[in-house]
Amino acid sequence: MNTRPFLGWFVSPAGLVAVGLIAAMLAVFQYSVRAYIPGSLEVGGFTWQNFAAMLRPLYALAFWNTVLLCFETAVFTLILAYPLAYALVRTNSSALRSFILIVSVTPLFLGEVVRTYSWMIVLGSNGFLNTLLLKLGLLDRPVQMMFTAGGVVAALVHVTMPIMVIMLAAALSHIDRNYEKAAESLGAGPVRVFLTITLPLSMPGIVAGFSTAFAWTFSAFATPQLIGGGRVSTVSTLIYQLGFSSFNFPFAASLSIIGLALSLAVIALLRKAARPLERMASTT
Amino acid sequence: MKRSPGTLLLRWSGRVLVATVLLFVLLPGIVVAISAFNDRAILAFPPQSWSLRWFWRAFSYADFAKGFWNGLAVTVWASSIALVVGSAFAFAIHRYKFALRDLLEGILLSPLIIPHYTIGLGVLILASQTNVERGFPLVIFAHVVMVLPFVMRSTYISLENLDIRLELAASSLGATPLRILFTVTIPLLIPGLLSGWLFAAILSFNEFTATLFVSSQATQTLPVAMYNYVREFADPTLAALSVIYIVVTATLLTIANSVLGLGRILNVDAH
Repeated sequence: MNTRPFLGWFVSPAGLVAVGLIAAMLAVFQYSVRAYIPGSLEVGGFTWQNFAAMLRPLYALAFWNTVLLCFETAVFTLILAYPLAYALVRTNSSALRSFILIVSVTPLFLGEVVRTYSWMIVLGSNGFLNTLLLKLGLLDRPVQMMFTAGGVVAALVHVTMPIMVIMLAAALSHIDRNYEKAAESLGAGPVRVFLTITLPLSMPGIVAGFSTAFAWTFSAFATPQLIGGGRVSTVSTLIYQLGFSSFNFPFAASLSIIGLALSLAVIALLRKAARPLERMASTT
Repeated sequence: MKRSPGTLLLRWSGRVLVATVLLFVLLPGIVVAISAFNDRAILAFPPQSWSLRWFWRAFSYADFAKGFWNGLAVTVWASSIALVVGSAFAFAIHRYKFALRDLLEGILLSPLIIPHYTIGLGVLILASQTNVERGFPLVIFAHVVMVLPFVMRSTYISLENLDIRLELAASSLGATPLRILFTVTIPLLIPGLLSGWLFAAILSFNEFTATLFVSSQATQTLPVAMYNYVREFADPTLAALSVIYIVVTATLLTIANSVLGLGRILNVDAH
C-alpha cells in the first residue's frame, strides 16, 4: 500500500511555482552583472561595473539612509505597538478586545497607497496637523513635514504597526500567567513583574516583530516615494527610478541584490543578537 | 482586592497610553474621511462646505473602474491558485518526509522577506528574457508567489489542530485515501482554507509595489491606478476612494471576526 498517497500530486504544483520564483531571482542575478546600453532595453556583456558604481557616495548614502529609516521605524513601532498588544491580550472586556483587534488589524489590509495618501493629507503644509497646530497657536507658520525623513518614518510606523501588534500579541498570549502570579505572591510590584517576567518572556515576539518591521520597511516603496517626494532616497525609490526613468535595469538589478543581501544580513544579525535574550526567557 | 494609589496611577496611565496609540492608528482614517466630503478641490481644515461630488468622481473615473475589475480578476485567480497549490503543499509537508522538502518550503516562504520590488523586477526581467507578454498571467503569477506563504501557514495550523483519529476511523472502515481526503480531511479544514483564501485575496487586491513593476497600462490594478492618480491630481477623489476602501475592509474584517474569530486565525487568543 502507498503510505504517502497524493505526494506527487500535492508537491508538484508547489514545485512549479518554486521553479518560477527561482528563475525570476536568477534573472535578477544575471542582469546585475550585465552592461547597460543607454537608450536600449537590451543588455550588454558581463561586467562588475554595476556593483562598483554602488560605492559612489550617492548610492552608499541611499543604503545608509534606508537602514537608518528601517531601524528608526522598527524602534518606534515596537514602542507604540507594545501597549496595544498588551491591552489586546490582557483586557477582560471582549468589546474592547474586538475594537483593538479591528482597529489595529484593518490598516494591514488597506494597502500602502491608501495609507500613504492619508498621511499626505495629515502632514501637508495645508494639512490636518499644521492647521491644527496653527489654530491652537502652537505654531505661527506651517512646519515642513512632507518631504522629510521624519514624515516618512511617521507613515512607515503606521504601516508596520499591525504586523507588530499581531506578533507581540501572539507572544504575550502564550505566556503562562502563573509565573506572574508567583512573582506577585512573593511581593513583586506590577512594574517589577512586568520588567522581570512579562517583558523577557515576550522576547520571541519582540524579535520576530522587530525583524519583520525592518524587512517590511526595507521593502516599502509608495511611502518613501510619495511622502519623501524624491528628497528622501531609499533603495526602493532608486531601483524604481533607475528601472522606469532611465531603463537601466542592470543597475536596478544589482541594487536590489545588494538590498536583499543587506536586509537578510540585518535580520540574521538581529536574530543572533537576540538569542541570548531568548535563552534567558526560556530559562526564566 | 485593595489597590494602592501607585497601582491605580499605573493602570490609568496605561489606559491613556493605549488610547493615545489607538488615536495615532485612527488619525489618518479620520482625516481622510473629513477631507473626502470637502467641497473644494484644494484641501483645507476644517472644510468650508461639504459635498459628495468626489465620491461620484471616484466612481466615474474610468481608470479606477478598470483597475477595480482588473484587480478583482487578478485577486480571484491568484488567491484561488495559491489556495490549491499552497494547501496541497502544506498537507504534504505536514504529513510526509520527502526529498528537498525543507528546501522547497524555504523557497516558497522566502517571499515573506524578499522585498516586493525584487520580486517584481525579477518577474519583469524573466518575462522580457523569455519573450512572455506583460499580460494578466504574469501579474497573477507574481501575486501567487507573494500570497502563497499565508495560505500555507493557515492550512498548516489547521492541520495541526486536526484530529488524525477521524481519518484513521474512516480508513479502518475501508475508505480509500481519496475518499478520506474529500469526506474527512478537506471538510474539517474548511475554516482554515477559507481564512487562508480570504487573507490571500485581501493582500493580493492591495498589493502595489510588485504589481507596479509587472503590470502594464492594460493590466493595472486599483492600487496602481490610485498611485498614478495621486501623482497627477491633488483633489480629494482619492480621499473618497480611501473612505470606501476603509469601510469595506473594516466591514469584511468585522464579519470575519464574528464568524471565524480573528483572534484565533491570528493566533493571539489568550491561553
